[in-house]
Amino acid sequence: MQNTKTQDTLVGLFVASGIVALFFMAMQISNLSSFSDNSVYTVTARFENSGGLKVKSPVTMAGVRVGRVTNISIDQETYESVVEMKIESQYSFPDDTSASIFTAGLLGEQYISLDPGGSETLLAENGLIDITQSAIVLEEIIGQFLFDKAAEE
Amino acid sequence: MMHFFQRLGNTTLASFAKLGRSSFFLTHVLSAIPATIIHPRLLINQLYSVGVLSFLIITISGLFVGMVLGLQGFYILSDFGAEETLGIMVAASLVRELGPVVAALLFAGRAGSALTAEIGLMKATEQLSGMEMMAIDPIKRIMAPRFLAGFISMPLLTALFSSIGVMGGHIVGVGILGVDDGSYWSQMQAGLDFQDDIINGVIKSIVFGFAISWISLFEGYDAIPTSEGVSRATTRTVVNSAFTILGLDFILTALMFGDI
Amino acid sequence: MATNVDLDTEIVSIQNLSFSRGDKKIFNDISLSIPRGKITAIMGPSGTGKTTLLKLIGGQLYPDKGSIKVDKKNVHQLKRSELYTLRKRMGMLFQSGALLTDLNVFENVALPLKEHTALSDSMIRSLVITKLQAVGLRGARNLKPNELSGGMARRIALARAIALDPMMVMYDEPFTGQDPISLGVLVKLIKDLNSALGLTSVIVSHDIDETLRIADYIYVLSGGKIVGHGSPEQIKNSDSKWVQQFMNGHADGPVHFHYPANDYHEDLFETQQ
Repeated sequence: MQNTKTQDTLVGLFVASGIVALFFMAMQISNLSSFSDNSVYTVTARFENSGGLKVKSPVTMAGVRVGRVTNISIDQETYESVVEMKIESQYSFPDDTSASIFTAGLLGEQYISLDPGGSETLLAENGLIDITQSAIVLEEIIGQFLFDKAAEE
Repeated sequence: MMHFFQRLGNTTLASFAKLGRSSFFLTHVLSAIPATIIHPRLLINQLYSVGVLSFLIITISGLFVGMVLGLQGFYILSDFGAEETLGIMVAASLVRELGPVVAALLFAGRAGSALTAEIGLMKATEQLSGMEMMAIDPIKRIMAPRFLAGFISMPLLTALFSSIGVMGGHIVGVGILGVDDGSYWSQMQAGLDFQDDIINGVIKSIVFGFAISWISLFEGYDAIPTSEGVSRATTRTVVNSAFTILGLDFILTALMFGDI
Repeated sequence: MATNVDLDTEIVSIQNLSFSRGDKKIFNDISLSIPRGKITAIMGPSGTGKTTLLKLIGGQLYPDKGSIKVDKKNVHQLKRSELYTLRKRMGMLFQSGALLTDLNVFENVALPLKEHTALSDSMIRSLVITKLQAVGLRGARNLKPNELSGGMARRIALARAIALDPMMVMYDEPFTGQDPISLGVLVKLIKDLNSALGLTSVIVSHDIDETLRIADYIYVLSGGKIVGHGSPEQIKNSDSKWVQQFMNGHADGPVHFHYPANDYHEDLFETQQ
């Protein structure tokens, strides 16, 4: 019966190491440790153009990731892009915070950067960020540049 | 010409008949699973031969696949000056695709073929008939524990494969090629989502485990009980498992990550 | 088919059985009956479906026509659970032994007891030891099936077949491929077990000498039909050509030496025409 015992031990070790690996994937490889859904609040921002922003794009404040984009839709009346984002509850901002869409590096992914204002009141659940700056669309800038060049000559 | 169509028709009919038999077999196996859980002795024995014995090939392969990804990824990414994103590249390829698929292919080759050969030989040596004549249901005693063992082992082996692969990429990328340790992990954590990436990868591995166990057990059970029949069944297990894994992977990827 | 067996003492009754595999008719309307408490042998050349007959009796195969009754129950009309209950009372010794290769000798013999009884481990242990003692292999209990010789494997399988004290044991070619000593052991075992345990034995075999030594009644099958039956004496003195060819091992007779083919001369000179 010695044989059965070693076999049991090896099976136990195998299952345990598999579970450790799953745990490792959850905590070390993915964003589970840094972000959990139960302590967040939602705010929305309206942009004239949200560019290449995608669901799950990061939301940062002074370069620190504070949340992520959860939904992007269009307002049928104003034709503005409505971006919904979840911010972790440990971070709070004044209600006159402004949101801008920036690009990480020249070709990197786009993200929202929040810039706090000076108001006394804080942004609440389902709050709206009024002051926004749209994404810079590279083609528009290049087009503008060429147009200006042509006008100069 | 007529002959060709006749053959085509026969082959088609035969494959439908086989699909029917295998579905019947699967329902029979699934119905026997509760009894296996109540008496886990046989399950533990099978977890040993299906899981523990596949441990080495899976971990070593995972290590090397991760190291190669680290090396190749580094050379491509450094052309764009984006070496810091090596972590996300290695981890995303492993967790989303290579982990489940390569681990499943290796598992089919290591454990699936062994299961088919074992059961085919049991059939050839009349062990299965012998059990039936002793009023012991071979599906309950032989098939169900093996099926469950394959189904349980596959996600665990895949998790091991991916985790060790990520560490292999770390050894090469950070240890040898000098990517920053902090950005290797932080890029990875920022880029991979628990629900969308990790859970989906685990779901894939569970589906693959189910498919491989089903294919390999049925091929053994349905094998012609001669040495040639068993060897053919073993080959079919590996070939059919590979096709099924890759086909299912495409479907699952489209469902999970695509916007279809 | 007339049988001179009293109906009350018959344990297996086969009526008008037909069975075919693909286009080949294995059995064509055969009837036979197996008396309780006796050793009945079913003989015939290879390929006449003797093993198939045992599988039909055990309910592993379904007949095309006809019925098989075991202990007055029609095997093929039983529900799965009833069939399993019936099988617990039928032991079968397969040609290869059919021992489970992942269990050792002791566990193999204990398997039916563990699966079908609620006996304690120590009870099972003593029962297994008794059965192994009966076949003379008590000392081999810790060996694995692949460490056994063919004759030993068959004796272990016999111990397993009688583990649940069945009413009937079916032997599939028990004498094939055995050395003279194992053969003697098996012949003695089958005979002793039959009388000591009050079993009914059904032996399927083509080994004439050994079968004649122990059988009480013999059926000879050929070409899907019963070509002769009777006591060993009657079979030996049968005037049926089929039986005579089989018993004396003539190369040609009603069972032809040549597999059915077209004319030999035509076949030979076909390429030259």
